[in-house]
Amino acid sequence: MPNIKEVLTTLDMIDKRHLDIRTITMGISLLDCCDTDIKVCAQKIYDKITRRAENLVKVGQEIEWEFGIPIVNKRISVTPISIIGNTCDTDSYVPLAIAMDEAAKTCGVNFIGGFSALVQKGCTKGDWILMDSIPEAMKATERVCSSVNVGSTRAGINMDAVAKMGKIIKETAEITADNDGLGCAKLVVFANAVEDNPFMAGAFHGVGEPECVLNVGVSGPGVVYHALQSVKGMPFDDVAETIKKTAFQITRMGQIVGVEASKRLDVPFGIVDLSLAPTPAVGDSVARILEEMGLEVCGTHGTTAALAMLNDAVKKGGVMASSHVGGLSGAFIPVSEDEGMIAAAENGTLCLDKLEAMTCVCSVGLDMIAVPGDTSASTISAIIADEAAIGMVNSKTTAVRIIPAPGKVVGDRVEMGGLLGSAPVMPVHPESSENFIARGGRIPAPLQSLKN
Amino acid sequence: MRAIVTVVGKDKVGIIAGVCTVLAEYNVNILDIRQTVMQDYFTMMMVTDVSGSQLPVAELAKALEEKGKEMNLSIRLQREDIFDAMHRV
Repeated sequence: MPNIKEVLTTLDMIDKRHLDIRTITMGISLLDCCDTDIKVCAQKIYDKITRRAENLVKVGQEIEWEFGIPIVNKRISVTPISIIGNTCDTDSYVPLAIAMDEAAKTCGVNFIGGFSALVQKGCTKGDWILMDSIPEAMKATERVCSSVNVGSTRAGINMDAVAKMGKIIKETAEITADNDGLGCAKLVVFANAVEDNPFMAGAFHGVGEPECVLNVGVSGPGVVYHALQSVKGMPFDDVAETIKKTAFQITRMGQIVGVEASKRLDVPFGIVDLSLAPTPAVGDSVARILEEMGLEVCGTHGTTAALAMLNDAVKKGGVMASSHVGGLSGAFIPVSEDEGMIAAAENGTLCLDKLEAMTCVCSVGLDMIAVPGDTSASTISAIIADEAAIGMVNSKTTAVRIIPAPGKVVGDRVEMGGLLGSAPVMPVHPESSENFIARGGRIPAPLQSLKN
Repeated sequence: MRAIVTVVGKDKVGIIAGVCTVLAEYNVNILDIRQTVMQDYFTMMMVTDVSGSQLPVAELAKALEEKGKEMNLSIRLQREDIFDAMHRV
């Protein structure tokens, strides 16, 4: 029987420290939805998603009430659409994105991921069509998220795809200029993308996954921040230990919710993704955790070390708490979604180069960063290439989710609303990377790939 | 299945009576009650058996929250296993 102190501690975490289940994401395979006629394919996609995820939101809400823990998002991920669309006799996959969007609305989920392509070693016909369809798809849909994997430790970096995605990001920003380039907030370019990630915008249902699966993403930067208040001035050994204990508790909560949801939905339980995912709310920031460790402002010297320790301790605490830890697990550092990061970027301490260094030791990459609207496609491609190189060499996932906000300059702010928050426009280096990106081809896989 | 009911708020007459009435109404058995009053603040934890409840657990939690609003208190019902998961290895 729990004692009153334990009960009140949990309630305190939920009420005051923003403890929540960030998402339950149902992964659905669409491999049986292929058809030469895109209209038939779209209908099959809609039917399958709405059939499989019919009760997702309802079950999520029931569990929220029973456990008294908010489940902030209910979401769906599907097989990368480039694979499904490959069979279609068409030159645009926008109708498939629309089918996904309609299905998401019918099911009541706020995002659906998987308008994706995996092109780390090369592109099929379907992959090119998918990439070309992204800008229009991001404009035509509300809830569809897109991702493209351009590199991996095993395959190297597909620089043709990197060049292409720089242009696609620019086009997506321009076509959604009415909303400050909001389309780019739903588009992420990966290296070493994972197949069971429940978090958006990068969730997709990998081909190695089962027919249908339920993955859970838990969060809790506020809880970790609060826990660190009790070890002020103490050595890092104590800081790491405190983070581990907190991560353990958070993950156990995710595990129990995930198992319960998968039982009720009659879908196998996949993984718990233990990611410290910040929100724009005050008290739910990863940057503030780093500052609590003794940094005046996030982004100053020491930030990378602080983040490395945080990321590692989170994983160590979480790994024993769940039967299967997976996804991206670690600490996210999205600028626009983190009140502390926004403040640090606005005062100029946190710059793009420092963020890049931080991505070497955090769970993903350059996330939700606004750059000036006149940033060239080749500069964006070069930023992607840098991130992909970090991922490739360090055998970790990296990503770029960047918004070249149309008409905006350094000092402006891009408002995306809701969980996406608002991003100060950050400067990029003005010197050109044009000739570097124009080379194309493939960066060979590093020595680390030869593990057999 | 067991569930934990927590009641937090300013102390006044009839808090336990109010909560117990709702629980009795839906056939929920109370196994244990612990309470403290700190600086006029009333904190109570009840361990209940909801196996015989006439309402699904989620609905029961909603009914208690409603009662809480009525009485100007925070009343919550949560399944016991969430606390065990978080605090016991």
